[in-house]
Amino acid sequence: MCRLLRFLLLACALGSTLPAFAVSFDDTITHLGADPQSLRSAVGELAAANDPRALIFLEALRDGRVSFRDGEVLIKDGDTLKRARDGVAVTGEPGSAPLLNNAVRRGIDSALTRLQLTSPDRAVRLAAATAFADRPVRAAEDSLRAALAAEIDQEVIHALRLALAPIELQSEDRGKRLAAIRTLADEGEPRVIAVLDPIAKGDDAELATAARSAIDAITDRQWFRDQAGNLFYGLSLGSVLLLAALGLAITFGLMGVINMAHGELLMIGAYATYVVQNLFRSYLPGAFDWYLLAALPVAFLAAAAVGWLLERLVLRHLYGRPLETLLATFGLSLMLIQTVRLIFGAQNVEVANPSWLSGGIQVTAQMVLPYNRIATVIFAFAVLAAVWLIFQKTRLGLRVRAVTQNRGMAAAMGIDTRRIDAMTFALGAGVAGLGGVALSQLGNVSPDLGQARIVDSFMVVVLGGVGKLAGAVAGGMGLGIVNKFLEPAMGAVLGKIVLLGFIILFIQKRPQGLFALKGRAVEG
Amino acid sequence: MRGFLSLHTRTGWLAFATLTALLLIAVPLLNALPADSALHLPDYLVPLLGKFCCYALVALAMDLIWGYTGILSLGHGVFFALGGYSMGMYLMRSMAGQGVYRSQLPDFMVFLNWKELPWFWHGFDQFWFAALMALAVPGVLAFVFGWFAFRSRIKGVYFSIITQALTFALMLLFFRNETGFGGNNGLTDFKQLLGFSLAEPGVKLGLYWISACVLLTVYLLAQAIVHSKFGRVLTAIRDAESRVMFCGYEPLYYKLAVWTLSAVLCGLAGALYVPQVGIINPSELEPTQSIEMAVWTAVGGRGTLAGALLGAATVNGLKSWFTVAAPELWLYVLGALFVGVTLFLPQGLIGLVRRLRPGKTEEVRA
Amino acid sequence: MSQQPPIPVPAGPLGGSSALPAVAAGLGEAPPAAPVPAVPREPLPADVRDRPVPDVSHGAILYLEGVNVAFDGFKAINDLDLSIDDGELRCIIGPNGAGKTTMMDIITGKTRPDSGQVYFGQTVNLLELREAQIAQLGIGRKFQKPTVFQGHSVFENLELAMQADKRVRRSLFAQLDAGQRARIDEVLGIIGLRGHERRPAGALSHGQKQWLEIGMLLMQNPRVLLVDEPVAGMTEQETAQTAELLVSLAGKHSVIVVEHDMAFVRSIARKVTVLHEGHVLAEGTMDQIQANPKVVEVYLGEGA
Repeated sequence: MCRLLRFLLLACALGSTLPAFAVSFDDTITHLGADPQSLRSAVGELAAANDPRALIFLEALRDGRVSFRDGEVLIKDGDTLKRARDGVAVTGEPGSAPLLNNAVRRGIDSALTRLQLTSPDRAVRLAAATAFADRPVRAAEDSLRAALAAEIDQEVIHALRLALAPIELQSEDRGKRLAAIRTLADEGEPRVIAVLDPIAKGDDAELATAARSAIDAITDRQWFRDQAGNLFYGLSLGSVLLLAALGLAITFGLMGVINMAHGELLMIGAYATYVVQNLFRSYLPGAFDWYLLAALPVAFLAAAAVGWLLERLVLRHLYGRPLETLLATFGLSLMLIQTVRLIFGAQNVEVANPSWLSGGIQVTAQMVLPYNRIATVIFAFAVLAAVWLIFQKTRLGLRVRAVTQNRGMAAAMGIDTRRIDAMTFALGAGVAGLGGVALSQLGNVSPDLGQARIVDSFMVVVLGGVGKLAGAVAGGMGLGIVNKFLEPAMGAVLGKIVLLGFIILFIQKRPQGLFALKGRAVEG
Repeated sequence: MRGFLSLHTRTGWLAFATLTALLLIAVPLLNALPADSALHLPDYLVPLLGKFCCYALVALAMDLIWGYTGILSLGHGVFFALGGYSMGMYLMRSMAGQGVYRSQLPDFMVFLNWKELPWFWHGFDQFWFAALMALAVPGVLAFVFGWFAFRSRIKGVYFSIITQALTFALMLLFFRNETGFGGNNGLTDFKQLLGFSLAEPGVKLGLYWISACVLLTVYLLAQAIVHSKFGRVLTAIRDAESRVMFCGYEPLYYKLAVWTLSAVLCGLAGALYVPQVGIINPSELEPTQSIEMAVWTAVGGRGTLAGALLGAATVNGLKSWFTVAAPELWLYVLGALFVGVTLFLPQGLIGLVRRLRPGKTEEVRA
Repeated sequence: MSQQPPIPVPAGPLGGSSALPAVAAGLGEAPPAAPVPAVPREPLPADVRDRPVPDVSHGAILYLEGVNVAFDGFKAINDLDLSIDDGELRCIIGPNGAGKTTMMDIITGKTRPDSGQVYFGQTVNLLELREAQIAQLGIGRKFQKPTVFQGHSVFENLELAMQADKRVRRSLFAQLDAGQRARIDEVLGIIGLRGHERRPAGALSHGQKQWLEIGMLLMQNPRVLLVDEPVAGMTEQETAQTAELLVSLAGKHSVIVVEHDMAFVRSIARKVTVLHEGHVLAEGTMDQIQANPKVVEVYLGEGA
């Protein structure tokens, strides 16, 4: 149906401007006979006719959807019958099927190849060329070469050369074979190594050398791609860690509060996103794609409100007693988890990516950079910048810094330190809520979401050093990237264990973390 | 009130004697009563009480390191689990040929298509070796970990956080099938211990009785420790570590000694726990599990050994009741215990008792 | 272990005459009318006697040369040279941030200098030792903020500080003998806390805690006492008593006092060292110091 629509639109658009081949297609269709002889010549003519309708007809012919009734050629498209020459739907049953033999089928395939490779639609050309690159077909050599000569799009050229090279590799002409090896060395994917390998081991010294260096070049390139991929996924994981730990860097780093319920603030942010999503789905389906933007302030405020309550009701009575704070906040986290479980159920809830976060950038055949991960990296740094600005450029930030540096002095200067404490904590909690929004876009949302993150978050803050945002960034990104580089070598779990071991050893050497202050300031 | 169960006062001795009589004599007697008697202690409660004894042992170990020395470990589950796994490995080996696959290998290895025992499973067919490992493995791990941590003077919440990372890392490790400890499912379906069938009520009672004996012995040992000069140095470390150092003590060795002892006691508890409960799996290594252990001690009252016993009994008693009667409320209760104890009862239940019985509050034992 | 011979009071007279009986009483042979009987002097037990005796043949018990310490680029101690004579009472003054506390941290092993030498006597290199080892050598320290074991009784505080074998193994079975109890009782008398020995240290007043800490120092039988702001937060009377005590300690012990209270310094000082920006600015008697124009400029100038 979709294809037909496209065809109709194209036919309308092209009908007037390209009469030359339109006539040829119509001629051929009108005089089409159902016998193999007639079909073969018709297929040959259609292959030359540069008409999108020809493509549709040939595909239908190949799939056995073409029939003859009352001198009219019909194409079955799903449940409807359409006239081949103008696509107008007709009623009734399909007519008699044409008689195909192998010669006709071969003809159809090669005609389709040519039509696809010369299609005006770049996507069709690329798909066809890529299909040939994936599965080289000797018979298509001439079509491929012709297409390559006419092609102007770089990506399609790349795919065509990759499709041609393995074919030329089998050629009698040594020059052609050498050129093919060079082409593969320049552009080849790892899978062509299997093709090159016999040549590298073969008797022809020159070819063997070329093949070996081609294999090396391909392996090297693949290695770099892998590293780039690791780097990207490391950055992405680092951003998640950063988002999870940023709020902790505020509450733990600046206030010295060990908040074991921090993970649950992330979870609240994620569930706030879930609720906003459902509201949009029910009441504003038209604007569904933008629910995420609405979820940001909601998640921030929800988590900040919970954080504010925690601070007012519990934490403020425990300042200066870090171990007690740790236990009390752990108790609070249990209650929060249970509350969410009772409201939303213990199962995962589904938070959908809006359409603009689905999919990704295809870098190579193997590597896709998903939009949601790219967005997370950007989002993490945006939140970081916002937090930095709040601390450096606003009155609140100034007061927070004053209170953390010298509580007594700040109080003497008329700052309501208790209010600042509550606001700082709420800010840290709100940032965790924002982190929850990002997490909801990357994975499952469940009541246990926070518990899985809390150890990582503390590791980031401890590694980075307490009291500095730069520490959280370095800790988060460092852990994320190292983790992703370890993973291919030793698997996700062992990689993580090695990393935890590394952190434990690192703290031995530098108990103050990467970025912490030294000397008297710390002890005072 | 410091004298309560402290064995330095008459009330202390009396209370301890009563507890001993209850645990060692009353429980078996009540269990032996005819089933229709009102005072009959049903069979299913015996392993539960045995479990409580193991938990109380953990709480004592926790109290030594946290209550007395001021070092909050969030990784004691590690030592408990390692002791438990050691015993579990013995129990698995001792039922060779009786598993579902009738193989000499434990079932999960057959399932994973392993052809021979991994090297670290050797020796566990001997009970003495497994028992030794149940104490030695936690002890050695604690010693090495503590050596590095205490030597670089990692303190307070930092220490707590890295012990939590330790248990988290080990949990991930034990969840893997390839690690060789039965992965997700852990070790279970045990049949017999030293030839005694674990399904027998008599054996269960015996295991309970041994656990209670061990608990009471360790209690006496802990009393001796905290009332020695060693114990006073520990408390001094808790209150002013730098002063301890400038008095000429090396806090490193004191901390290392009590930390390792605490880990060994946890291993012992784990080893006693597994045959009574019949399973050991990586869920014992979840960070939550270890924090709960801290709460047993906190609820009872830190820095008093009686408090540790009381706390372990109270919290686990509540847990057993709630998870049956109102499972959805249990996490609220546990959470409220965490918050309530830290906010309102910093000295725990023992402190509450102490407050209700005014008097010799200021004076401490010389 | 239980039959350990009693530890005697620090050998020899601790100080000259004193107007304060309570202070004088405990200081060994001082006034004959002392209410506490002198503990019989017997040889030290082996483990205590093993404490190396510093070689003070050149007169100096503590010797710092060319010491530098920087925190994040800030030079807390800058090419510091300092020499303390055996038995001397030295006051160290200087404005905030002059490096006084850092200097004490270096001597007691808490802070490692970036460069320089720190010797105890002629032979013992303090930079090779940890805090506890330095303390066992006989270098005692009193913190600026009174630091006592809050959960322990006064008696236990003194017991823990007492010079003894402080290894883990021994601590498990250690028992007090009569001589040690007598020594604790004696120090209780010196610091005026007799009758309070069963109270938890946390329940003491601020001044009492300061004195308890000094008492703990005495229990260690130190050769050198480092005393950081001993009279901070004390009443006038307590300050006077402290001055008496410190003066009486000099002679057999070397005492280094860091203090801000100028009146107090004047009342006890024989020799004063002025630190400024981590460096010795001037040294001499109080009068010499006050006449020194450099000192007046950086320090006394502010306060005068």
